[in-house]
Amino acid sequence: MLETVLGLYNYWIVIILMMAGFYTVIARGNLAKKVIGLNIFQTSMFLMYITMGAVESGTAPIVAEGATLYTNPLPSVLILTAIVVGVATTALGLALAVRIREAYGTLEEDDLRVLEDRQDTLRDTAATQDGEQPVSP
Amino acid sequence: MMPPLPDPAQIIAACLIVPALGTLAILLAGRWPNLRETVTLATAGTLAACVLSLLDPVLAGGRPTLTLWEVLPGAPLAFTVEPLGMIFALIASGLWVVTSVYAIGYMRGNDEHAQTRFYACFAIAILSAMGIAFAGNLLTLFLFYEVMTISTFPLVTHKGSEEAKRAGRVYLGLLMGASIGLQLVGIVACWILAGTLDFQVGGLLAGHVDGWPVLVLLALFVFGTAKAAVMPFHRWLPAAMVAPTPVSALLHAVAVVKAGVFTVVKVVVYVFGLDLLTDTAGSDWMLYAAGFTILSASFVALRQDNLKRRLAYSTISQLSYVVLAAAILAPLSVMGAALHIVAHAFGKITLFFAAGSIYTAAHKTEISQLDGIGWKMPWTMGAFAIGSLSMIGVPPTAGFLSKWFMLSGAYDTQAWVAIAVIFASTVLNAAYFLPIVYRAFATRPAPVGPGHADHGEAPLPIVAALTLTAAGSIGLFLFPDVFLSLADQLVGGRP
Amino acid sequence: MMLSQTLPALQVVLPLVAAPLCLFLRPPKLAWLFAMAVGTATLATAIALIIQVQHTGPIHYEMGGWAAPWGIEYVIDPLDSLILGLVSGIAWLVLVYAGPSVEAEIHRDQIPAFYVLFLLCLTGLLGMVATGDVFNLFVFLEVSSLSTYALVAMGRDPRALTSAYRYLILGSLGATFYVIGIGLLYMMTGTLNMEDLARRIPEVADTRTVAVAIAFLAVGLALKLALFPLHKWLPGAYTHAPSAVTAFLAATATKVAIYVLVRIFFTVLGPIDAFQTLPAAISETQVVAVLAMLAMLSGSAVAVFQTNVKRLLAYSSIAQVGTMMLGISMVSVTGMTAGLVHMVNHALIKGTLFMALGAVALRVGSVRLEHLDGIGYRMPVTFAAFLVGAFSLIGVPMTAGFISKFILVRGALEDGHWLMAAAVVVSSLLAIVYVWRILEVAYMRSPPATAPRVREAPLVMLAPLWLLALGNLYFGLDTTYSVGLAQDAADYILTYMPGEGPPGEHPGLGPGARPAVPSSGGAH
Repeated sequence: MLETVLGLYNYWIVIILMMAGFYTVIARGNLAKKVIGLNIFQTSMFLMYITMGAVESGTAPIVAEGATLYTNPLPSVLILTAIVVGVATTALGLALAVRIREAYGTLEEDDLRVLEDRQDTLRDTAATQDGEQPVSP
Repeated sequence: MMPPLPDPAQIIAACLIVPALGTLAILLAGRWPNLRETVTLATAGTLAACVLSLLDPVLAGGRPTLTLWEVLPGAPLAFTVEPLGMIFALIASGLWVVTSVYAIGYMRGNDEHAQTRFYACFAIAILSAMGIAFAGNLLTLFLFYEVMTISTFPLVTHKGSEEAKRAGRVYLGLLMGASIGLQLVGIVACWILAGTLDFQVGGLLAGHVDGWPVLVLLALFVFGTAKAAVMPFHRWLPAAMVAPTPVSALLHAVAVVKAGVFTVVKVVVYVFGLDLLTDTAGSDWMLYAAGFTILSASFVALRQDNLKRRLAYSTISQLSYVVLAAAILAPLSVMGAALHIVAHAFGKITLFFAAGSIYTAAHKTEISQLDGIGWKMPWTMGAFAIGSLSMIGVPPTAGFLSKWFMLSGAYDTQAWVAIAVIFASTVLNAAYFLPIVYRAFATRPAPVGPGHADHGEAPLPIVAALTLTAAGSIGLFLFPDVFLSLADQLVGGRP
Repeated sequence: MMLSQTLPALQVVLPLVAAPLCLFLRPPKLAWLFAMAVGTATLATAIALIIQVQHTGPIHYEMGGWAAPWGIEYVIDPLDSLILGLVSGIAWLVLVYAGPSVEAEIHRDQIPAFYVLFLLCLTGLLGMVATGDVFNLFVFLEVSSLSTYALVAMGRDPRALTSAYRYLILGSLGATFYVIGIGLLYMMTGTLNMEDLARRIPEVADTRTVAVAIAFLAVGLALKLALFPLHKWLPGAYTHAPSAVTAFLAATATKVAIYVLVRIFFTVLGPIDAFQTLPAAISETQVVAVLAMLAMLSGSAVAVFQTNVKRLLAYSSIAQVGTMMLGISMVSVTGMTAGLVHMVNHALIKGTLFMALGAVALRVGSVRLEHLDGIGYRMPVTFAAFLVGAFSLIGVPMTAGFISKFILVRGALEDGHWLMAAAVVVSSLLAIVYVWRILEVAYMRSPPATAPRVREAPLVMLAPLWLLALGNLYFGLDTTYSVGLAQDAADYILTYMPGEGPPGEHPGLGPGARPAVPSSGGAH
């Protein structure tokens, strides 16, 4: 029992981070916080890959004198790629958040929904009242 | 020297290509009404000639086929001309010529809008009727069946009014819904059970299925073919009466509804086979469903004051005669079913022509307005009387012939229910048709109010068309040989 | 190396390298022409690949000369070639179409960026199909997804931004779920090569780690392909994206995601019947089939009440994704064929419909139902194409949609799935209702008297639109290619068995390749 808890501590960390990030993405209404939650979620995945490649008492996978046991390099390499992807996602997400703030003046999900609904109805009534073809902004 | 006759397969192709080209030509000639109408007539004439030229080979026992490419693996687009299809093609193409003449008079007389669309859709509908008539397998039949539904939709909603739109929704929803929801499932099930969709003499399902699935499959086909208007899938037909009269006449008395009952008969004969249905008693319920439809539609018809609606309910009831005759499963009654397709076509188209004629000349649509109209429009109402007699089944009209065969078949198999239904409905038919004739000839016309010009006969093309079809009704009684021998071949007779 | 041998790499590398070059072409016309040329070359490559695969069977290509399973391998098998042809074909048509549409809907300065993103998105989609490595697939998945988010955000409406943002969050979650699943599989097998994974997975099939991996993969991919109830991102993204983007996305993006699901569950995890174990994890009923049916019914039902035609068609897409998944969930050759054929056919259908809508948006400025009165008479040629696509969506005979419906019902009845057949039928009846609402407005109302006269869409938009519309008719009448190819592919996938592995020591199973997972397995 103790071994499952302590011996696999790295996986516990992964799981805690994963759930924390996932919860943030779902539960938070602020768009910036959602992106941060997504980041945490992805970080847990990075950690999972890296820990599974680790070898006890192994050294970094660089050919050096005296080293006989290396850590598996492949997961680290994969995660380098995944980190790049993660950064791109974050950048894009935040950029969108900035643009949304410019367009709507808020970053809160609830407010945004209200504004969007209003936009829907506004458009409808405008269209039915004067019968003009609305041209989108 | 006679020029050599072209290959029958080529003629089948021509039967499909001619109306297709006609449609294109009609669309192109849209700006010039005279040219457009000439094209319509020329197309109708050519098509009728094509179909007629197939008659001799078929009468001689030949079954010309034309197989195009495979739409699905194992299910090609294929056409086979067999007697029942020949009957259907003959009346559809032949009556198209007459209806074209009539339509020209009617559309011009009433100054209808969007006439080009009207003629084009009409040609497509006939094209699909040809496809249904000659279909060599269930897939081809279904393809053209749906084309017919869609091409007739703009004709039904021709007026464009709210009422027409509502009618269009019922029309499309019922016809397409039933065909996709039930018929398609039946076709797929057939394919899985029998491994083929090709129509076969003796039934493609024979030997592949037994017991209650036969009943379910038959129900999928009979109700899925909503064009046959077996209750409760009949509501589209009264709704479709908002269409201009030529549409009601040719499509909702001949092409569309006959495509429905034709499909039912074809499915009974070539998909299930009479033996399979007799052995499994899978079609007993069909007898009752059709009987119920016949009687209840007749009762509803009694109460209709609108002439076209009364005709529509009469059509529903008459269509179920065909279904009933097929369900009796006796060879003689199946012959009766085939003959009734012809007899009803001529009779009902006459009645609709007459209704349109009254509308064009007198702008009257209700039966209660028809007092004494027979003396002002003798040709029209004379033809109407002949059509009515044919519906009731009084000699010397074609309706007598088909009813005779049905009754003989029913007597052979001791289907007393069927016999009772036929007799009861004959009385009802008389009860809702004869008062119209009586009113037209035996009562005094209502005085013409000031400001209303009195009217005479309808324009010549209309009168000519309805006289022709009325004459056809009598002609069929006197010279039924062609259709008799086709019907005989349908149930296995040798040429 | 011969050109023909490098085709699999060329397929992906060509648009990837070409994409950034668009940035240097400032005039919108120039960027468009360049992107179109790239699209043409990509399509030519795809066609060459289809022909080659038909002649020689699956093609293997080792990236950078590193042999699999060490290096990344590209594999083109019958299924791949089908999807590559579909994606690059649609991309080409959309690129031709995009010119005028994009100029009208996107700010002039952003147009070169648009083509960069479009080509990147294409690269990602093609890469996902071509690659034979599950992690490489993730990279391409993100390449296409990230560019898609940006493309959606280019829409004129401010709601495009929020839609793109929601799509980004859900899409990234889906992709991360996928990588976690892949990581767990790697943990157990030490390999990322698809064929190699298929070879090794049976040894560890009964471990809990693999079960968890399957669950993560299923959820991640279901998010990407918008399977009910994970479809929330789709309506917004389709509605507010620029017209050309919607046409492209609707025709390809979800299809490629479905392809990935088929690839992972039927070939990579095929030897352990992973797909069939999905229901067992939750209940006795087939969970995918149930979700697919719910998608078909709910998507169609919601579509009936939409007034924005783009949104209406987006909900219809959710239903159609359900249709495809239903076919796949039958796990029979006929069902799989139906699913794959519908992928192709639905791409044609939705491509046609969204392209036609784009043309309407260009000329009329709105795609809301209340502004489309009599549009069938105002833009007859454009809307006639819409009519063809709409009939195909209903499944009228002689159109492509009929074929897929027919095979699907056949697949359902063959195995006695009456409920599935009923769901297909009911959802097509609903399709009649929502399609007819549009057609009634378009053809049975007269154009408002005040409406300005509008011209037809320009020829470069009409030509691809009508090509797709005619494709709908062609594939409804002659199914040698669509059904034929799909059936080959279905046969291939369902009987898939990995070849013999390379001799010698395996790279992933060196010392300590499975170090820190002492008890995660075996406890089953």
